[in-house]
Amino acid sequence: MDYNKKLDIHELLKDLENYRPKRRGWHWREKVDHLEMGGHIYLDCSKPLTNSIGIPSAISYFENLDPQPMESITTEIASGRFEDDIRRMRMAAWHGADHIMVIRTAGQSHYDGRIEGTPQGIGGVPISRKQVRAQRKALDIIEEEVGRPINYHSYVSGVAGPDIAVMFAEEGVNGAHQDPQYNVLYRNINMVRTFIDAAESKKVMAWADINQIDGAHNANATARDAWKVMPELMVQHGINSLFSAKVGMKKENISLSTVPPTASPIPTLRYDLPYAVALREFFSEYKMRAQMNTKYITSSSREATVTHVLNLLISRLTRADIQSTITPDEGRNVPWHINNIEACDTAKQTLVGLDGLMTMLEMKTEGYLPEKVRELQERSVLYLEEILEKGGYFEAVEQGWFVDSGMFPERNGDGISRAIDGGIGAGAVFKREENYMAPVTAHYGYNNTKQYGVDPERASDLIGGCTFEKPEMIQFVDELDPEDNVNKRLAEKEDVRDTAKVLPEVEWLGDGIVSVEMMLPLPKEVAKYAALEFGKYMNLEDPEVIHLEVMHPAEGTRIMLKGHLNKVVDTSELDIPEEPTIFTDEELWEEFGKQPLRVVAGTVGEDEHSVGMREIIDIKHGGIEKWGVDVHYLGTSVPVEKMIDAAIETNAQAVLISTIISHDDIHYRNMRKLNDIAVEKGVRDKLILIAGGTQVTPEIAVSNGMDGGFGRGTKGAHVATKIVEVRRSRENA
Amino acid sequence: MKGFRREDDYLERRKHLEGLSNEELKERFWGKVEEIIDPLLALAYENTTPSIERSVLLRMGFSSLEAAPLVEMAIDQGLMGYGVGHVVYVVSKEKGLSVREAGLALLEGEHWQEAKKILGGE
Repeated sequence: MDYNKKLDIHELLKDLENYRPKRRGWHWREKVDHLEMGGHIYLDCSKPLTNSIGIPSAISYFENLDPQPMESITTEIASGRFEDDIRRMRMAAWHGADHIMVIRTAGQSHYDGRIEGTPQGIGGVPISRKQVRAQRKALDIIEEEVGRPINYHSYVSGVAGPDIAVMFAEEGVNGAHQDPQYNVLYRNINMVRTFIDAAESKKVMAWADINQIDGAHNANATARDAWKVMPELMVQHGINSLFSAKVGMKKENISLSTVPPTASPIPTLRYDLPYAVALREFFSEYKMRAQMNTKYITSSSREATVTHVLNLLISRLTRADIQSTITPDEGRNVPWHINNIEACDTAKQTLVGLDGLMTMLEMKTEGYLPEKVRELQERSVLYLEEILEKGGYFEAVEQGWFVDSGMFPERNGDGISRAIDGGIGAGAVFKREENYMAPVTAHYGYNNTKQYGVDPERASDLIGGCTFEKPEMIQFVDELDPEDNVNKRLAEKEDVRDTAKVLPEVEWLGDGIVSVEMMLPLPKEVAKYAALEFGKYMNLEDPEVIHLEVMHPAEGTRIMLKGHLNKVVDTSELDIPEEPTIFTDEELWEEFGKQPLRVVAGTVGEDEHSVGMREIIDIKHGGIEKWGVDVHYLGTSVPVEKMIDAAIETNAQAVLISTIISHDDIHYRNMRKLNDIAVEKGVRDKLILIAGGTQVTPEIAVSNGMDGGFGRGTKGAHVATKIVEVRRSRENA
Repeated sequence: MKGFRREDDYLERRKHLEGLSNEELKERFWGKVEEIIDPLLALAYENTTPSIERSVLLRMGFSSLEAAPLVEMAIDQGLMGYGVGHVVYVVSKEKGLSVREAGLALLEGEHWQEAKKILGGE
């Protein structure tokens, strides 16, 4: 795959009915003990990628130095159109995501069966075989491009858990949420049925080596005061984890979805750290999927990012095997492309920044921390004891024991209560008869295959193998809805798909959505309406305020606005100047190390400006001194003759003049004069003459006798590169 | 009891845990979890559901569009307790059909009575 080309969605959808995933099972990053990169040693990082994009400072200052933390990094992508999500997955993979989680469309958990085809979703994607297969196929390509296996993940929950688990196993899905408690508490699915289903789902997931993530973090998001459910969270994790292990799942494939419960302005670490330690002590054999806090998220992406950085600190101080990321815009909309990337970068930047932290620190063994840890653990044990006193799990749920706003044993009587015989799918439980039989692999529970002379472990031998052994048996269902499908959606956007025409986009190709930020010197209510008016001036259709912060009740309001900019740019009509080549630091050090360079520099004429020239020269501004160039700076208002004389005296090879003032075409005349004097003194062919200034362009400079010219925005590297190029071309002449 | 209120009596309630070492407390946690989940696992061992039976049929090579009505029909026929995959299996053996042919015939409403007879559903 050529990374300068877009993924061809049409090509991806072609021959999908015959596509088989390359592999099965979860892939953990490969930790490298002492990773050497860019002259540094990393202690908590993993095998680097072959293609990736580092954080912005990596690109600006460290030649894309992009160490990868040892934790798998999750990004949640589900805009409702899986075909557009594929492009976002590719971007996220380049920024370090190796766990791509696809959120399901609203309502799928109540759908008693499987969805087929590719209908559009709301707040997520309808998970179907075609959609899963297309995305797994895309990730099979993308993982080769970045050089690291990518885990694909969705949900085995709801009424149709086992149906979906089987499809995931067949399609090479690598991770899945599965937690019957989630179905009971938040989806009101009948608890008896959902625990029976869960055993089957987990058995299938175990066969497919799928990493399971539980649903306990939802209690944190649902509870009135998130920090009060901490004892219950440990109970929920315990129930799902041990249930899974006893069904046959490897403990290394059982991950706890754990989230630091609080956020600043609460003294967050004093709550979150003891909890994280308490949990990890009890669950030492299981994996930690560290989720980020969403409970206290607002529309401020800055604030969300700080919360998430504090969450990452907890991960580093304790342990995370999978580091989830929450997009900083989650508090205001279905995440946009750029925010998935920002979230991945936040995780990567922070975890790399905290590399090796625990080689310098250790947890206190006396005082507040261990006391609080013990208290939380004891509260969770007391919780379990009372569940048993109530008569067991079902009875405890029925009595509203879960997600109560009191910190156990405190009870406020406001928990979620579900009836044992109520909820969706109630009554659909059937006792297995003595001769009950299912001739398939990875079936949980009583299975009388012996009546046909076969061991239950080899049940599918009875039918010559099932789809798990013979994937060619899988029935692929394409589209069911002639209107609501991917082909129709693609057709609507062909004019902007990989053509010269383009629209801005936040989530879907050609959606035309942009955001703008402004500060209005107004109180908030007025500012909001003024901002909408400005939106109309900017040709934004349906402008909407998506974030608002008071700077001062009277002095000002910060507003972020989004809207549709339904204007198409035809890139074939753009006049794009060619990008100049710039040598890297390494190349320039080598060049000037081998062949040293001395230059004379100054601002010429009656011109007292020095800032521009200093930026080109000074090492602290990234000027040419950085690469060992010997600079003789003559100052400002230097007569042109003096520049040449100084060059002759010091045996310099180049002269840099700055000529800012441009009235009466003085800058042209200074350039011509510099050239003429050099010719007069017989040194023109020995000197490289460069002119710079706000009004200077390369064309003007060359036509006035210079070897190169530079305008606004020039950096030392541009000038150094030019000098090397001229020097080489003269040597070759 | 939904609506049940109680002040935090942690200090009183924890007394029996006080003497446990951290390791013993952890063992107690997992012991209690096990006591809670074992009856749930037993329930799963002994019962089946429409979703489980559909998942069996999917693994036998039926599509989701075929599995759903087959399970509905098995419920109507009172055959869920024998396993819907089992129904397909016995029909394929009895009639000399492939598993897939047997399932498609059942979807057409055929062979349910024979299946019932073989499995003991009446």
